[in-house]
Amino acid sequence: MASLFGIDEKKLLRKRRAAETRFRLCAIAALVLAGAFLVFFLFDITMKGYPAFQQAELLVSVNYTTEAHDNPYAAMDPDTVQIVSRSFTRLIPSMMAENSRLIGTTKEMWVLASADTDQYLKGNANRLKPRHQALVDTMRQEGKARLAFNWGFFEAGDSKLPELAGIRAAAIGSLYVLLITLAISFPVGVMCAVYLEEFAPDNRLTQIIEVNINNLAAIPSILYGLLGLAIFINFMGVPRSSALVGGLTLSLMTLPAIIISTRAAIRSIPPSIREAALALGATPLQVVWHHVLPLSLPGVLTGTIIGLARAMGETAPLLIVGMMAYIPEAPENFNSAATVLPAQIFTWASDSQRAFSERTAAGIMVLLVLLLGMNATAIWLRNKYERKW
Amino acid sequence: MKSIKKVALAAALVLSLAGVAEARDQIRIVGSSTVYPFSSAVAEEFGATNKQFKSPVVESTGSGGGHKLFYAGVGPDTPDITNSSRRMKVEELETNAKNGVTDITEAKIGFDGIVIAQNIGNGDMNLTLKDLALAVLEEVPVDGKLAPNPYKTWKQLNPSLPDRKIVIYGPPATSGTRDAFIEMVVEKFTGKDETFKAVLGKDAAQYKKIRQDGPYVPAGENDNLIVQKLTKDTEAVGIFGYSFLAENKDRIKGCTVEGNPPTFDNISSAKYPISRALYFYVKDAHIGKIPGLKEYVDLFMSEKMIGDAGYLKTIGLIPLPAAEREKVRKDVTGFKKLTAEDLK
Repeated sequence: MASLFGIDEKKLLRKRRAAETRFRLCAIAALVLAGAFLVFFLFDITMKGYPAFQQAELLVSVNYTTEAHDNPYAAMDPDTVQIVSRSFTRLIPSMMAENSRLIGTTKEMWVLASADTDQYLKGNANRLKPRHQALVDTMRQEGKARLAFNWGFFEAGDSKLPELAGIRAAAIGSLYVLLITLAISFPVGVMCAVYLEEFAPDNRLTQIIEVNINNLAAIPSILYGLLGLAIFINFMGVPRSSALVGGLTLSLMTLPAIIISTRAAIRSIPPSIREAALALGATPLQVVWHHVLPLSLPGVLTGTIIGLARAMGETAPLLIVGMMAYIPEAPENFNSAATVLPAQIFTWASDSQRAFSERTAAGIMVLLVLLLGMNATAIWLRNKYERKW
Repeated sequence: MKSIKKVALAAALVLSLAGVAEARDQIRIVGSSTVYPFSSAVAEEFGATNKQFKSPVVESTGSGGGHKLFYAGVGPDTPDITNSSRRMKVEELETNAKNGVTDITEAKIGFDGIVIAQNIGNGDMNLTLKDLALAVLEEVPVDGKLAPNPYKTWKQLNPSLPDRKIVIYGPPATSGTRDAFIEMVVEKFTGKDETFKAVLGKDAAQYKKIRQDGPYVPAGENDNLIVQKLTKDTEAVGIFGYSFLAENKDRIKGCTVEGNPPTFDNISSAKYPISRALYFYVKDAHIGKIPGLKEYVDLFMSEKMIGDAGYLKTIGLIPLPAAEREKVRKDVTGFKKLTAEDLK
């Protein structure tokens, strides 16, 4: 059958369908590629990191002799000392000083093994001498060497001894920093957004401010670090490396994100709500306080949590204000020195000792789980309180 | 909306806290990333064995960054110690004095070797300083004129070397390790080499531009990344500190330089030519004001830390010879003042 206007409709149709299939395939390929990267990354990190949740321990007998008080290495036989963690050995004198009844006794106890022993038991590269490897093998056969769950990883702070290093100090540091960030960027950000949306006149000045806020949300985070160094440390005299200066710096970074998401949330409230309230005699302040803010809160909170999650994973500005440092103790207050999770991961990643690589991966796993938790909360809040108009 | 008010109140409180700089009860250390592992190891030992003091805070800012923070002045908001992978410059000492930091003690703690390493499966590579310099320079003399570096393989620049493409993963321009490499390899060569002298005359030693046409790859500050690249890339060589070689002997090996392999003994006896001394500098005015500062320095200089069987040796520091160690220890624990004469 000859077609209308001499066009072969079937051919045309085939062509259009083929184009659609091609487009779909491209989209699927892009998705698969992105998914493959993610799966590869997660798989790699998990494979590297999960051994760190186990830690080697040894059952050794410790002689609290008077000689050991001066030279703790004399407390165990010379070969055993080489496979036991220094973190235990170095504390023998102070343990004896605190508890004089120990002197002259011999105790058999489970102690932390050195990082090389730990790596040997896990089948990784290590620097144990063959003699010490044989000793570890015998101890394993006698049931005197074991891999136990690594509680220390969650209870200890940073250490130069990989077997002792943990993430507690960094996690608490992150918490302190985020508290400050939240306490500053949330109220300031919400107030800015409310003013710009509800009260500010639409003129050249507010347009400039608006463009600048959008611009600030996109600048590299390290610039906030330089700003923080100049204002908070050099001008205001906030102590370097403190949780306070870290939180202040990150709150500068989070502010634009909160302002933008709050404005979007406020804008999505239908004008009829405001008009109804005004018609009933509410003042503009009452409109904002009683209607606009409560209704936009889910959007505001989502934006805030996502902003905080970004702040939590940030290292570059914190490097500038001195938080990338060896700080083994959790901060006592906002003025004391603190480090944060990503900074801790960075420090471990650059250490020459091999045993730190599994700890680095384990640290990344903890950070990922926390970030996932925060983002899941944001989604949950949005779904739970979101209203359709 | 009460919660919002509370948060606002908390924010106001925090802001009012800012600006209160209190006296410090914790030692602050800044400086070189090469000295950082040793310094923080001593800091940990110090914190763990002295319950009356807090662990010092050790920041890795790079040698130059550390001196800058250090010479800012005297007082609790300036660091007490700066670590350095090179000696303090006379200009830095002068800036210190200008800013009121008149009394400084210098502590030399040991050596660090810079190694050239490759995949363990490769054949041995015996390099000379000349080979290394020619492999990394941006321009070399050709027929009496400087021309862009023509060498693309090792064999081209020295027939006894393998026929492999030149790929060098090295430290970036901001790194102290790169400064040291340039000083001990490139400048040493260009300053002595006749062809360079013929072209540049007296300025020959000043010529130290590193090529940017591909063979030299600045690989970032993380030396573990370079080690990982070498385990995959059998063509390449990498430049980094000795401790990373010692820790990864199962997968990479060092190249000999001027016939000497980068071993512990060769570096400590200075037979291996690319090694440098590591230092830290103490602000004497802070002693007695910052609790534990003197004790930290004493611990650092003790035999059980920097000695031949010391703790720092196990993490890659190469100790000073015993006699020098003894002398340095006496000077440092007596807080001998550093003068411009010492630095010349």
